[in-house]
Amino acid sequence: MVDSSALGAVGTPFRLDVERGKIREFVRATFDAAREDGCATTPPTFLTTAFHWQDAESDPWELVRMDPARGLHAEQEFVFHGPPPRAGDRLVGTSRITEIYEKTGRRGGTLTFVVMVTEFCNEAGELRAESKMTAVETSQVPT
Amino acid sequence: MRSLPAAPAPLVVGPLTRTDLVRYQGASGDLQPVHHDEEFARAAGYLTPLSLGMLHAGLLGGWAAQWCGADNARRFRIRFTRQAFVGDTLTCSGVVVGQHDDVVELELTCVQQDGETVAQAWATFVLPPDSEEQL
Repeated sequence: MVDSSALGAVGTPFRLDVERGKIREFVRATFDAAREDGCATTPPTFLTTAFHWQDAESDPWELVRMDPARGLHAEQEFVFHGPPPRAGDRLVGTSRITEIYEKTGRRGGTLTFVVMVTEFCNEAGELRAESKMTAVETSQVPT
Repeated sequence: MRSLPAAPAPLVVGPLTRTDLVRYQGASGDLQPVHHDEEFARAAGYLTPLSLGMLHAGLLGGWAAQWCGADNARRFRIRFTRQAFVGDTLTCSGVVVGQHDDVVELELTCVQQDGETVAQAWATFVLPPDSEEQL
């Protein structure tokens, strides 16, 4: 059951160093064979690798307490303010729970949507990219 | 008018193996067991490990970046519409749905072997000046 008091929760800032080997690993894992030799630039969904850098303090998602048996990843968005991150970039990410809202599902029942936005700044503190995750908890186990 | 090269051939991936899912999980850092642990997946009501929506996002993002240039990506949004599993074959492709000035908008789809849509995505890229473009 989603804990609506998680709205507004902010994680501590976390570091994300963009590394060429990590880009290459990600490119191979996503079948992007044509780019294997040019792994200086991150592909559009690369910032999902923040999983490797976040911990309990920097990731406020646990505070949402979404039931894993009824939770689904509904949408994901990445926005880049200029070219996406490149190998050698040193980013600082900050995640916050920005929205919690309910809708009535097509088959009845309540759908609870939760949005977490992670902002990535460069070493100068300039906003370079944003990652927005939307998850939904259904009122019954999805079939 | 800045121009876009012809779209690459659709990306066909599959049948998805457990190794494909594990490799993506290691790369991304999302280690949820439902995507690799057979017993866990069965207890959750699935016959085989569940594929990852973010793997499908990665396939579409990579395909679009191959077409328009990874450096040129400015926005990528994906909606997950259906679950996919080990054994499924996914086909990723997309079309231009809008172009204004140096910005191109793409709509991308990832479909299963039965034609059902697993994910739909929208991407925005800027187009670099053509090398022969007159100023």
